[in-house]
Amino acid sequence: MKPAPFSYYAPKTIEEAVSLLARVAPDDGRVLAGGQSLVPTMAFRLARPRHLVDINGVSGLDRLETADGRLCIGARVRHAAFERPVDPGPLGALLSQVVRHIAHHPIRTRGTFCGSIAHADPASEWCAVAAALDAEMVARSTRGERAITAHDFFKGIMTTALAEDELLIEVRLPTLRAGVRTGFAEFNRRAGDFAVAMAVVVYRLQDGAIADARIAVGGAEAAPRRIEQAEYALKGRAPSAEAFAVAAEAASRALDPIEDQQNTAAYRRDVARAMVIRALSEAA
Amino acid sequence: MNETSRGSKWIGQSVERLEDPPLVTGRGRFAADINFPRQLHMRMVRSNHAHGKIISVDASAARALPGVVAVWTAQDIADVPPVDFREGPIEKLAPYRQPVLATGTVRYVGDPVAAVFAEDPYVAEDAADLVTMEIEELPPLLDARHAPGEFSPGRNTEADLLRQGYGDVEAAFRDAPHIVELELTCGRHSGVPLETRGALGRYDASRDVLELHGAAKVPHRNKELIARMLKRPPSSVAVYESHVGGGFGIRGELYPEDVLVCVGALRLGRPVKWIEDRREHLIAANHSRNQHHKIRAAVANDGEILAIDDVIHHDNGAYVRTHATRVAMMTCGVLPGPYRVPQAYRAICHFRLTNKTPAATYRAPGRYETTFVRERLVDAIAHQLKLDPIEVRRRNAVTVKEMPFKRPLEALGEEIHFDSGDYHALLDKLMDYVKWDELNASLAQRRANGEMVGVGLAMFVEKAGLGPADGVRIQVDTSGFVEVITGGASLGQGFETVMGQVAAETLGADYNKMRVVHGQTDRIEYGIGAHASRATVMTASATREAALKVRAKALDMAAELMQAPIDTLDIVNGEVVCRDRPGGPSISLGQIAAKLSNTSKALGGREPGLSGEGWFFTEHQVYPYGDHMAVVKVDPATGGVKVERYIIAYDIGRAINPMLVKGQISGGFAQGLGGALLEEFTYNERGDPLATTFADYLLPTVRETPDVEILLTEDYPSPLNPLGIKGAGESGVNGVGGAIAGAIDNAIGIPGAVTELPVTPQKLKAIIDANKR
Ligand SMILES: Cc1cc2nc3c(=O)[nH]c(=O)nc-3n(C[C@H](O)[C@H](O)[C@H](O)COP(=O)(O)OP(=O)(O)OC[C@H]3O[C@@H](n4cnc5c(N)ncnc54)[C@H](O)[C@@H]3O)c2cc1C
Repeated sequence: MKPAPFSYYAPKTIEEAVSLLARVAPDDGRVLAGGQSLVPTMAFRLARPRHLVDINGVSGLDRLETADGRLCIGARVRHAAFERPVDPGPLGALLSQVVRHIAHHPIRTRGTFCGSIAHADPASEWCAVAAALDAEMVARSTRGERAITAHDFFKGIMTTALAEDELLIEVRLPTLRAGVRTGFAEFNRRAGDFAVAMAVVVYRLQDGAIADARIAVGGAEAAPRRIEQAEYALKGRAPSAEAFAVAAEAASRALDPIEDQQNTAAYRRDVARAMVIRALSEAA
Repeated sequence: MNETSRGSKWIGQSVERLEDPPLVTGRGRFAADINFPRQLHMRMVRSNHAHGKIISVDASAARALPGVVAVWTAQDIADVPPVDFREGPIEKLAPYRQPVLATGTVRYVGDPVAAVFAEDPYVAEDAADLVTMEIEELPPLLDARHAPGEFSPGRNTEADLLRQGYGDVEAAFRDAPHIVELELTCGRHSGVPLETRGALGRYDASRDVLELHGAAKVPHRNKELIARMLKRPPSSVAVYESHVGGGFGIRGELYPEDVLVCVGALRLGRPVKWIEDRREHLIAANHSRNQHHKIRAAVANDGEILAIDDVIHHDNGAYVRTHATRVAMMTCGVLPGPYRVPQAYRAICHFRLTNKTPAATYRAPGRYETTFVRERLVDAIAHQLKLDPIEVRRRNAVTVKEMPFKRPLEALGEEIHFDSGDYHALLDKLMDYVKWDELNASLAQRRANGEMVGVGLAMFVEKAGLGPADGVRIQVDTSGFVEVITGGASLGQGFETVMGQVAAETLGADYNKMRVVHGQTDRIEYGIGAHASRATVMTASATREAALKVRAKALDMAAELMQAPIDTLDIVNGEVVCRDRPGGPSISLGQIAAKLSNTSKALGGREPGLSGEGWFFTEHQVYPYGDHMAVVKVDPATGGVKVERYIIAYDIGRAINPMLVKGQISGGFAQGLGGALLEEFTYNERGDPLATTFADYLLPTVRETPDVEILLTEDYPSPLNPLGIKGAGESGVNGVGGAIAGAIDNAIGIPGAVTELPVTPQKLKAIIDANKR
């Protein structure tokens, strides 16, 4: 439980941080954000980074504000920041509902939103939200800055489109108009554990019918994603238990669930189906 | 033999804990807080293979690392014997003991192969990483039901075959109107204290004393064991307990690491500190509970259980540790629980070794498992014979008229004698408390509305207060502070508080002037520590004896000083007073202690010191009893189980401190809940442990653990000790598996559905889905 030796850097600016990364990343250098995923794996010596670039002292990364219809979340913003709505509309309410499912309070005061996105655990709640809302990830390196959409960002279990020397400086989520309905449901064995499966749903009603449905499933597959088949199944239908069941069935069929020692693929599929139904019912 | 309680001042009160001030102000001293100048840090190198032959171990790179002082493998300590049994040598089991470092063969993932000693814990861990070993893999044996394999040439992995029983089993089954049969499994889980193990060895050459710090549970026993293993006079070994962050049976046994820090201190000439990390803890400290029962009952038409026949496969993991076959033997003895089983009983236990972490006792050893099995059996009988499960329990439970009830079976080497109790009356109280009919009606209503909710019950008898003897010395200093020196141990259960209450009550002293000593082998000659729910029964009874002596001595001296007959005097709050002259002359215990000092002129012919030693002896354990009731809700879509309500009725005989008793019950319940729904040490087919972190070994958190409703009664004080005490430590955990299994069956409407603990959501969902098809 004692990490292997590493060297430690504490840059003060984004420029300093990315140039450090450019230097040490090829020699197994990593970003240290909240440390809530990285430090435990280092303690077990499952991760043995040779260099850590600590971004907790980097200025300009604590931005949390709405601009141009987007909520911008800087790399130093902690999970706990979302416990109270950060936006007066449905997005703020959704995020504050979801955050309660992430770990436990002490962890939420350290772990960062962007750290979760960069870490890309298949069962990360923020990753599922990012997928549902087509979030935009802003990556910076000495080579410049680029924005990557969720669809292109999540590549698999703990793999993303970030290059090793890129710093995720910000994630942008579209705000949701008043009246947009949201729902979230997850199942885990204990409160605060990573979920077996979860669902995030967002839709609005147009003349009593469902429009612009977004249904993302997390935890079940290698990476969270929107499930088109389920969204399509809802299109133009009035919210009803029957419609939700059809959509959930479509989602569960579209999934290619991961299997591990704890949960079979079939079980994950079943739980995902139930979570889609629950999230939809909650949004209704 | 019970004392009629003359308006007690301290006993029976939920007084605040004596031990809390340092703990709640962050000034406690746990093993990791102890440091000695020039200490070395030890790190174990453990096997990554479940089973294999050690071809070679290469420690050269580790030895070359700066800061490393030594790296030992088995050859380096060839003269140190395997860790011996706590109760003394057992020839038959000796070959199965665990060597301090693996010798020739590794038998589980986590088996210590080498020990690194270094200047700091980081270097020690870096060096341990550099130790390489070549292992020729052997097929792992992972299921105790499978045919035994070879342990060593000429010896197979069935280390023992245990039996208990009475009557003619074959005849009983031949003639029985009904036979009910079940196969049940209790999963592998264990006590997981939040403080991991820790040990510091130190050799004081100036006194020629070997010290072990960080001990717990059974310091005196461990002192003897270390002396025996290292061939030192027992008087040259001292063992010290500090604060302990949870014991639960697993902490405090003598493990290979404890022996290594001692040997390290002796041979390297520097103190050696070892603090276990969490992964190590989950693969190296004792596991428990894993048993398979194939049980059948011969039953009369009215539900009376005439006979029980059980074949048990007990998975003891890789070695036989300090407890020998205790858990398995206990299992055979206590399985019938509160039920009479008049005709015949037979339990045959295959005590087998597998390539998993060695197993031993965990809170309510043999009882958690057997209550699950027995109560499943009773539910199955009710179902098969179409009887009410509560009625079946009533019909079979030993009645108050039959007390004391003797059963020709043994627990911990003593014949089982239920000392007192009325199992039916307690069940009645529970039924009244929960309004049984209303409860069932409301659950039935909810089921009719489509919810899966149900209730389950488990009856049990505990055992507590293992003898045979315990002694306590009490000495009062000249300030009136009372030192209660015991050979007991404190695992966090409130030991100091309880001894303080009993001493204060008996002596007439102030509870806030108590200093209770435990776990220090150099302060008192004997001690059997804290296990088997024995501390309050045995040590408190001995404390009372010692306090009575000191009281008599104080009154004798005071009578002379106050010129008053002894029988007119009393001791109130540490002052000797004249009983019928409140506000009259008085003399404090401190003043009396001064008058009794070795140089005092007032001494007369008395032995110096306001002090005394008391002993308590007993031939039999006491048997408290109770009922667990669970109300659960099952989510059919996920298989998740939510415990909505949990009620424990328990007759404690006499509660010295009801708050502490309730704390014991609630804490035990949480652990039982873990074993019923969450906690399991799982392995893959190669024998790799899968639950090696707290992300995979799922302890219940406060969110999964409902408040327990506790119905604590004191209806049947034990006749076996003057205070009527029965023991509390294991009552909260005992029946949880049994009650929750019953409640789940009831909720999903499938009798006998639960055959295995823990009930994971995935397994439960499969049961529900299979039933739908
Ligand atoms: C007991 C426990 C329970 C948990 N339960 C949950 C849960 O239910 N749901 C959940 O989602 N999470 C859970 N977590 C994880 C937690 O949310 C972490 O905070 C999160 O996964 C990572 O964020 P961090 O800021 O701590 O990142 P770190 O641990 O510091 O880093 C994680 C990884 O991301 C990289 N990284 C971090 N920030 C950046 C960046 N800005 N740019 C590039 N790379 C970066 C790091 O190099 C590292 O590889 C749990 C953690 C614990 C300890």
